[in-house]
Amino acid sequence: MSLLRAEGLSRRFGGLLAVDGASLEVPEGGLIGLIGPNGAGKTTLFALLSGFLAPSAGRVEFAGADVTAEPPHRRALRGMARTFQIVQPFAGLTVRENIAVGAYLRHSARREAIRSAEAVAEEVGLGPMLDGQAAALTVAGRKRLELARALATEPRLLLLDEVLAGLNPSEVRDIIPVIRAIRERGVAILMIEHVMQAVMNLCDHVHVLAGGRMIAAGPPQAVTADPRVIEAYLGHGAAARIAAGSAHA
Amino acid sequence: MNPREVLPGLVLLAVIAVLPLVASNVVLNFLLSSLIVALAAQGWNLLGGYAGQLSFGHAAFFGTGAYATAVLQIRYGVNAWVGLAVGIALGAAVGWVIGALSFRARLRGSYFALVTLAFAEVLRILANAADFTGGASGLLIRLSPGVENLQFASRAAFLWLLASAVAAVLLLTAWIAHHRFGAHLVAVRENEDAARALGVDVLRTKLRAIALSGGVTAAAGCLYAQNFLYLDANIAYGTWISIEVLIACVLGGTGTVLGPVVGALALHGVGELAKLALGRVAGPVPGVDLVVFGALLILAVAFLPRGMMAGLQRLTRGLAR
Repeated sequence: MSLLRAEGLSRRFGGLLAVDGASLEVPEGGLIGLIGPNGAGKTTLFALLSGFLAPSAGRVEFAGADVTAEPPHRRALRGMARTFQIVQPFAGLTVRENIAVGAYLRHSARREAIRSAEAVAEEVGLGPMLDGQAAALTVAGRKRLELARALATEPRLLLLDEVLAGLNPSEVRDIIPVIRAIRERGVAILMIEHVMQAVMNLCDHVHVLAGGRMIAAGPPQAVTADPRVIEAYLGHGAAARIAAGSAHA
Repeated sequence: MNPREVLPGLVLLAVIAVLPLVASNVVLNFLLSSLIVALAAQGWNLLGGYAGQLSFGHAAFFGTGAYATAVLQIRYGVNAWVGLAVGIALGAAVGWVIGALSFRARLRGSYFALVTLAFAEVLRILANAADFTGGASGLLIRLSPGVENLQFASRAAFLWLLASAVAAVLLLTAWIAHHRFGAHLVAVRENEDAARALGVDVLRTKLRAIALSGGVTAAAGCLYAQNFLYLDANIAYGTWISIEVLIACVLGGTGTVLGPVVGALALHGVGELAKLALGRVAGPVPGVDLVVFGALLILAVAFLPRGMMAGLQRLTRGLAR
């Protein structure tokens, strides 16, 4: 059964159709990738899925319930958590307090919330930074904090918006096992990602969004070889040139 | 609750409570008016300091509390304690209404601040015009000392009542700061989108904050009315109180448990001293305390941007080293 199902989602900003009839499904416990060139509408689609934007058309179902009209905090309560591409830390708070805000969703007592926040911090590798100010974290630290806060809400589905962007290769290598471990705990993940190394490594299934439309879907290997996908990234005729190039070689 | 956070405040209030045994009436009057501002500032701090919704119009709540107590007693013969309870409830209700109108319209930052100022000014003009509120001549509460009438023959007794009210809000604030509601307030202050993504109902959190804030500041208004037994629109709904609570919080430290109390005492202390000192030299100089308030605000923003509480913390940490 699919945990998240989006059907024919569209979002119009004035004359621009940012997302045009996009559909996707995330199965229970699955790890699904969402890729696409810059400006494809990936982040807008995420906002539609998480309730930060209302769709102009289409519907979103989560765990069998129609949540299209629900605000983000209600979706969070149902078990949908998201991170932001542009990190949004509570800058004036410590790392512990930041994560505790997420943990309070399921634990109303302070002690429980703090304990749960600390456990999540360990899980994502922020254990040593718990007492530090969130504003003092490095880019990699802030990305981990985004992940930790979302995880602290004990979600069934994590929507990760480019958690690897801006990290150096060794930082990417460090965080991939963290994401895999989260998935192995049974949390379904839908990730927007440009770092193809991670997508190829982690995802069972990849959706490709270009110009607001879903142009391809399938296992990562198949999708990256799909001529439509190559053309979406590299331009018209690129697939043919690459094919010709490899034939010469 | 972290005892280290509230203990200094409670000790401070205990010291204030024993002062009547030794201090003169001048000092007691100073403490009374400072504590009324401190209580009102504690209300402001819950909304402005913790939830980050800056208000320029807390007079709306202060005045509502004051007028509720006075009007109920004078026009309807209601007991003053009941008047206090109703005043607090009305203050919270006014807060909720202002919040519902402005937060639903997604007003934030300076837009929200200006709207609160507008609400307070509208209430001031209405109270100044209506017969119900005594119009421009104001309201005089009949003098009848007695605990049952919430009037006290001795200033000391009133001071004890005020100090207990401030202590109660101190404990309430510390409790909130260490519970889920406090975490939600701070999350809303720091980043609304992030809070929303983590399951915080931002609108509800803000509405609770402004209602609570309105209730506390209204209590200060009620006690003001009971202490001075006279009020008019320019006192109850005047911008003076909106500004004093704001400066007290900024000076003491917004979003800290003790900030508003420390700030209010410091603000009034320096203001009174300036009046006294200049009075000796040049005779009475009306408005000199306002000049001092302005100077203090500038100094606080320039040198203690996070308030006296943060400054004290830095100092004690430096000394401990």
